Amino acid sequence: MIRSITQQKPEAELDRLLEGLRRVFVIGCGTCTTLTQTGGAPEVAAMKERLSQEGKLITGDLVLAVACDNLTGETLAEYGDQMDQADVLLIMTCAFGVQNIALHSGKLVVPALDTLFIGKETALGEFNEVCTQCGDCILGETGGICPVTACHKGLVNGPCGGTNNGKCEIDPDKDCVWTLIYNRLRDLGRLDAMRKLQRPRNHQAVLNPGKIRISV
Amino acid sequence: MSEYKSGSNLEKVLRAGHFAFTGECGPPQGANVEHLREKAGHLKGCVDAVNVTDNQTAVVRMSSWAASLILLEEGLEPNFQMVCRDRNRLAIQSDILGAYSLGIRNMLCLSGDHQSFGNHPEAKNVFDIDSMQLIYTVKKMRDEGKFLNEQEVDVPPRLFVGAASNPFAEPFDFRVYRLAKKIAAGADFIQTQCIYNMDKFREFMRRAVDMGLHEKCHILAGVTPMKSVGMALYMAKQVPGMDVPDSLIKRLRGAGKGKVAEEGIKFALEQIETFKEMEGVAGVHLMAIEWEHKVPEIAERAGVLPRPSV
Repeated sequence: MIRSITQQKPEAELDRLLEGLRRVFVIGCGTCTTLTQTGGAPEVAAMKERLSQEGKLITGDLVLAVACDNLTGETLAEYGDQMDQADVLLIMTCAFGVQNIALHSGKLVVPALDTLFIGKETALGEFNEVCTQCGDCILGETGGICPVTACHKGLVNGPCGGTNNGKCEIDPDKDCVWTLIYNRLRDLGRLDAMRKLQRPRNHQAVLNPGKIRISV
Repeated sequence: MSEYKSGSNLEKVLRAGHFAFTGECGPPQGANVEHLREKAGHLKGCVDAVNVTDNQTAVVRMSSWAASLILLEEGLEPNFQMVCRDRNRLAIQSDILGAYSLGIRNMLCLSGDHQSFGNHPEAKNVFDIDSMQLIYTVKKMRDEGKFLNEQEVDVPPRLFVGAASNPFAEPFDFRVYRLAKKIAAGADFIQTQCIYNMDKFREFMRRAVDMGLHEKCHILAGVTPMKSVGMALYMAKQVPGMDVPDSLIKRLRGAGKGKVAEEGIKFALEQIETFKEMEGVAGVHLMAIEWEHKVPEIAERAGVLPRPSV
């Protein structure tokens, strides 16, 4: 399942964002940030502990099942009193959750996390970006492996000159995606696909911010 | 020959069948015009064109088109480099028009080093198009007289289109096809990555010649003389896509104290001699990095002087 991958903001930034806000209500999420260990029950508990030590008053806390879901509004309503006592909601969910909670609560919100990318857990504790949602999918020509996402330069015409023993010159921890694509297409007998010039792409398949309507 | 694509000196030299010899000059990290003029001055009369790098290694420098104009003033022919990292297709096409309008006639199309290597790693990169598509763009503007959106260009820019090729990066089998693709996209000439592994380059050229690529495009072999053992080790270990054989490092080490740079030049000279005879190689691109003052000596000893006047 694809997830929203997050990491905690630096403590100095959190302290700055919470400056002058003494009463804090902390919210985590039982889905993505639990998986990434950035906003599950243990992390919410640790955050409360830290904030208490810094002299903040914790008016309450909550780990939502799925922060970005529409049911969030109903759950938040159950905690209305505790939330009303707070100067701020400190939110340990991804940015989708932060926006959803802000919408449903009408309260001042501070995100405790930065949302990095949409990805999946590929090994225990390892997360990889899988799709940049570019709106102009070329997976049909790349053996089902996405260079727009997994090449640091988003190159669509094959590997640059910096391939480094199958790794990327920019980060030896990451595979050169074009080497992966080459191997896949070779196995499929489809290397011709890589020899074809890919014309400039449409980077505005949908204007940012994205919005579409379907007839229902 | 009247149907030159650009009429640049480099194009004329190559079309006349001369063994081309090009150099390189990095713009200053500031507005130090005098230093640029001084560096470029060493190359005058020694090379057919001078590559002017575009924020190379993602370090901010004087813009490559501006430095190219300064070289023009000095009587040198610039090979204006452009990377896709810092510009979208609007800026790319307008800079192509601007560069051409001010007298630039050669342009080398590159994707560009990732900004994480440079001195502004927090910058947002662009990569709206890649090097392959940049080649296609310049050719389209020149030959079809059209922008990428198919709108007509009011006086097309007549540029001699260059591209880079790294024969050594993996997958090796794909590299010659990538070269073919750049030529199909519109490259008139190619300047390769610095060559040290001569056997591998020979194999690469054999494949290129088999495919007839040398007849569609002028291929210039990249040469960078090693200044020190440290430089060789750095190139071997730290620069991805660079193939520096142990035998060369051993040879440089064996040269003894104070003689390594001369040994590096000797190796470069031997390479140039080999390239003169190698089928499909149309010239040499000498990248004497921050060693511009050595270029006259290297050119002289390589027997490529005087440069032809076509």
